[in-house]
Amino acid sequence: MDIGGINLVVLVASLMVAAVPILLAALGELVVEKAGVLNLGVEGMMIMGAICGFITAVGTGSPLLGFLGGALGGMVLSLVFAFLTQVLLANQVATGLALTLFGLGLSSLMGQNYNGIKPPLTGAVPFGPLRDIPVLGRIVFSHDWVVYFSVAMVVLLWWVLKATRLGLIIRAVGESHEAAHALGYKVNRIRLGAIAFGGAMAGMGGAYVSLVRVPQWVDGITAGAGWIALAIVVFASWKPWRALIGAYLFGGISVLQLNLQAAGSAIPVEYLSMSPYLITILVLVIMSSGRGRAALNAPAALGQNFHAAR
Amino acid sequence: MIRLEKRPNPSRFWLYATPVVAVALTMIAGGLMFAALGKNPFEVIRTIFWDPLFGEFAWYLRGQLLVKAGPLVLIAVGLSLGFRAGIWNIGAEGQYIMGAICGAGVGLAFYPTESRLIFPLMILAGAFGGWVWAMIPAILKTRFNTNEILVSLMLVYVAQTILAMASTGFLRNPEGAGFPGSRNFSSYPAAQNPELIAGSGLHWGGVAALAVVVLAYVLLQKHILGFQIKLAGQAPRAARFHGVNPATLVVLCMGISGALAGLAGMFEVTGPAGQISIDFNSGYGFTAIIVAFLGRLNPVGILLGGLLMALTYIGGEMASTNLGLPSSAIQAFQGMLLFFLLGVDVLTNFRIRSLIGRSTTGAR
Amino acid sequence: MSERPVLLAVEGITKAYPGVVANADVSFSIGEGEVHALLGENGAGKSTLVKMIYGLVKPDQGRMVWKGADYAPAAPRAARATGVAMVFQHFSLFEALNVAENVALGMENPPPMKELAAKIRAVSEEYGLPLDPSRMVGDLSAGERQRVEIIRCLLQDPKLLIMDEPTSVLTPQEVEILFRTLRQLSAEGTAILYISHKLEEIRSLCDAATILRRGKVVGTADPKTSSARELAEAMVGATLTPPERHGREKGRVLLGVSDLSVASPIPFGTSLKEVSFTVSAGEVLGIAGVAGNGQDELLLALSGEIAAPSDRVRIDSAPMGDKGPGERRRAGLVAAPEDRLGHAAAPDMSLVENAFLTGAIRKGLTKNGFIDWAATRDYAERVIKAYDVRTPGSHVAARALSGGNLQKFVIGRELSQEPLVIVINQPTWGVDAAAAAAIRQAILDRAAEGAAVVVISQDLDELLEISDRFAVLNGGRLTPPRPVQGLTVDEIGLMMGGAHGMEVAHHV
Repeated sequence: MDIGGINLVVLVASLMVAAVPILLAALGELVVEKAGVLNLGVEGMMIMGAICGFITAVGTGSPLLGFLGGALGGMVLSLVFAFLTQVLLANQVATGLALTLFGLGLSSLMGQNYNGIKPPLTGAVPFGPLRDIPVLGRIVFSHDWVVYFSVAMVVLLWWVLKATRLGLIIRAVGESHEAAHALGYKVNRIRLGAIAFGGAMAGMGGAYVSLVRVPQWVDGITAGAGWIALAIVVFASWKPWRALIGAYLFGGISVLQLNLQAAGSAIPVEYLSMSPYLITILVLVIMSSGRGRAALNAPAALGQNFHAAR
Repeated sequence: MIRLEKRPNPSRFWLYATPVVAVALTMIAGGLMFAALGKNPFEVIRTIFWDPLFGEFAWYLRGQLLVKAGPLVLIAVGLSLGFRAGIWNIGAEGQYIMGAICGAGVGLAFYPTESRLIFPLMILAGAFGGWVWAMIPAILKTRFNTNEILVSLMLVYVAQTILAMASTGFLRNPEGAGFPGSRNFSSYPAAQNPELIAGSGLHWGGVAALAVVVLAYVLLQKHILGFQIKLAGQAPRAARFHGVNPATLVVLCMGISGALAGLAGMFEVTGPAGQISIDFNSGYGFTAIIVAFLGRLNPVGILLGGLLMALTYIGGEMASTNLGLPSSAIQAFQGMLLFFLLGVDVLTNFRIRSLIGRSTTGAR
Repeated sequence: MSERPVLLAVEGITKAYPGVVANADVSFSIGEGEVHALLGENGAGKSTLVKMIYGLVKPDQGRMVWKGADYAPAAPRAARATGVAMVFQHFSLFEALNVAENVALGMENPPPMKELAAKIRAVSEEYGLPLDPSRMVGDLSAGERQRVEIIRCLLQDPKLLIMDEPTSVLTPQEVEILFRTLRQLSAEGTAILYISHKLEEIRSLCDAATILRRGKVVGTADPKTSSARELAEAMVGATLTPPERHGREKGRVLLGVSDLSVASPIPFGTSLKEVSFTVSAGEVLGIAGVAGNGQDELLLALSGEIAAPSDRVRIDSAPMGDKGPGERRRAGLVAAPEDRLGHAAAPDMSLVENAFLTGAIRKGLTKNGFIDWAATRDYAERVIKAYDVRTPGSHVAARALSGGNLQKFVIGRELSQEPLVIVINQPTWGVDAAAAAAIRQAILDRAAEGAAVVVISQDLDELLEISDRFAVLNGGRLTPPRPVQGLTVDEIGLMMGGAHGMEVAHHV
């Protein structure tokens, strides 16, 4: 199963881990955008999640509380966005950028005493003998709980958006806020909820970076993962299961390029490390062309603020 | 509870007052943050906003103001044109880096030739580098409808990798004993961007920034292109009805902002930074976004906003050395400023009404 | 009708917005099973009044009584729970959701989707309004969309059904079907509050009428016994004179469109298919059709916002199909889109800037690309004066003007450019009667001066009043234009596509 010095089973197993942060963040943003809000602050919320999660986990010694702390950190920052865009009707693009700039600064400020510390370990779920099944055991039964949680969230969100009244209302608000308002739905409150959920998911994704992927605190640790998560939402045409595919694809690329670097590939390191970003661009181009396929699936009210005039 | 009520006409008073209010609010919130960090907030605020201008070392720091403000203003004016038209170039940092690499690369290619033509050629190369880097998202947007925000941002990461390659590889100083970084331009007069008036901090980048402010002001006030940029941002369908071709506008606005960011990078690397190094870029491309909004996307406002932001950089450095304030606190402080700015902006277009005692306020 | 028990009584309702009093001391009552008309011009306060009944807006003063008990709905949910349902004129459907989902969103406790779909089928058959619950609303015609709204209401067994201008999107045949449905509902005991400014409809459908003018009740009438003229004068508060038509000579062909097919740039829009017509100097071509049949696309294709092969659109014989709006203006074509705020005008820009928006070329308002603001201000002020635009000045933002005043400004801006060809979509939509008459007169005056005019409108009366020839857009195709003289309403209805295949038996 080795290709060019890379073990395929290990590759698949590790791409599932590598994909967790962007998958969680992308799922959160997917719900936010379904509700008609474009929050470009994913990177900022992720890195706030990363530092808050790290501090909580180090402080309490519990990785679980760390993830909750991360989710809370991301959510608090997202509420700033929600207040500015939903209450004060600020421009969503600019506010999202502000969120990222602020998050990067604040996280670095909060993390200044945490450099070089090891967080408590998030262990694999004890599946016992299942782990020893060849191939399958390594790919399916060797992970920590967050990996399974992220996949479960894909299923949950798919079901909520497709089959529940809550999902219907979220989609309706993102489709036409005037119509939803005319029917008596509290557009801004529903959006506020979606934004908070998106913030929690991004925060949790960030916490996974600092607690499991790296695992330590470094300034700017998320390194553009939030932006890739935003791209994945476009790639996914706002469908949860496609976000899973997208995240695994990008997880695969980043793991592959790391493995290629480690294996001493002939391709220079720099080209490998810029490859995830270039491939993101390529995928965006493919998804966006073809006479507005992506545009057709995009929520119609995406990025527009709503003010109930009369 | 409060309720917002749309004004029939945007308020001219608040248009100018909001940046001032935002700065004041940021000082208060920032003061609280500094206090939380165990610093005396008044001392920190004074160190940041007062000392660089009127303090002991003001004779030196005032000059630094222009050094820092130059690139910020140059980039922000370019960005503001796009932002007005609803074209979101978020990757100025990448264009800044590419402009620096191209400009410096052309200069270093002639080393050690001395000619008056080299520096102008480098200026062109710098602008070209930024322009090319901005054309990628622009053309992808017009041809494939790709989101320019994400593409321009992804390209920042790519540019940073190229910068790493340049400083450790193709532009590395052959006489640098293997250390990363290019030759230093201070030892290559033909390609150097010197301080024009000793102690003023003014170099060619500052001159370019002032010129660009004037040009952009005239463009927006008097020229049909400026009208079309504003129109496209405010009412895209009306712009098409007027006869604006959206694709042309995207290419134009992205191109201008890219070229200006590239210029800024080139001036920086040949002047204050002195050489291509892996971290010569200090986030000006991102801070310029704040500057653009701080100046309300107005060229004159951006000039003032750029100076203010430069002040926070310099004052922040002073607070860092003198008071031990972490440098990231300044970054958070700048982010806060943008938050408050966007928040109080609501007052320009809306009135705030109280819903307490509704029966009296609602009536007529 | 007086022996019906009172279902809803509105007593002394007042609602003010900054700058306007939408309703002042409005009182009326509606009995169970009664079809009650709220009659008034655009801006008379009808919509605000029903929004208060539906719980979307809270009154400042006054009260409402439902079956003898106080009624003050805090939200539409409360109104629906009481038994009030509303069919909106605009903005209450979701194009990217299917029919069943749209219906579910308007209900308090919708049953599971499968059950709901079956119910929708059953109810829609019962009332003669067939609907497929799984279809995407964006793909439905305007008439079908309205059915979605009506079914949504009917599924909740309303005691009071509010209908806001329901017939503006229907063909004459579809109106007949709707009226049969409403009479059936009324016979079953459902009261209907019917909002309209169309008098003949009210005369044929309603039991009682309350007439509003400028937010006040100015009278009540029995529509069965009052004449349309009496109702009109009560509504408008003045006697109206129809526009004056000068005898006109047809000149050379100024606008020629042949075999024009373009894809719609609008999501869920209608593509134009092989549209052909010509308009000569001095002639007005009226183009009718139910909303969403390609009217917006036709305007875009003529104004130059959608490009086509160059010989498909000719202005004064010059091929212009591939040229943009600027070049077409230079060639003599002016256009006024339907959507005033955001398309015809930029909401946040001043009237001066909005005058420049289309006047730049024909009025020579630029020099080497630099804008002559003084000349532009002059031009804006001339338009304001000539077309009686009520505004504090030319410096105010377009969004500050009322709909009717902005429409006068937009039309005036185009008509003041000495055009050869004029294309207008919905010239008098949302404009009060006096202003509408002035706009129609201005259009006819330009035609008399030798311009070729295309008027696209959903108001059949308006088209018959001002056009020389008449054609209908239906599913993106244009019927061959016919002379207006001698056309009957039935013929027009058939040109409009009849009842869009919904001629099914009513089980009454």
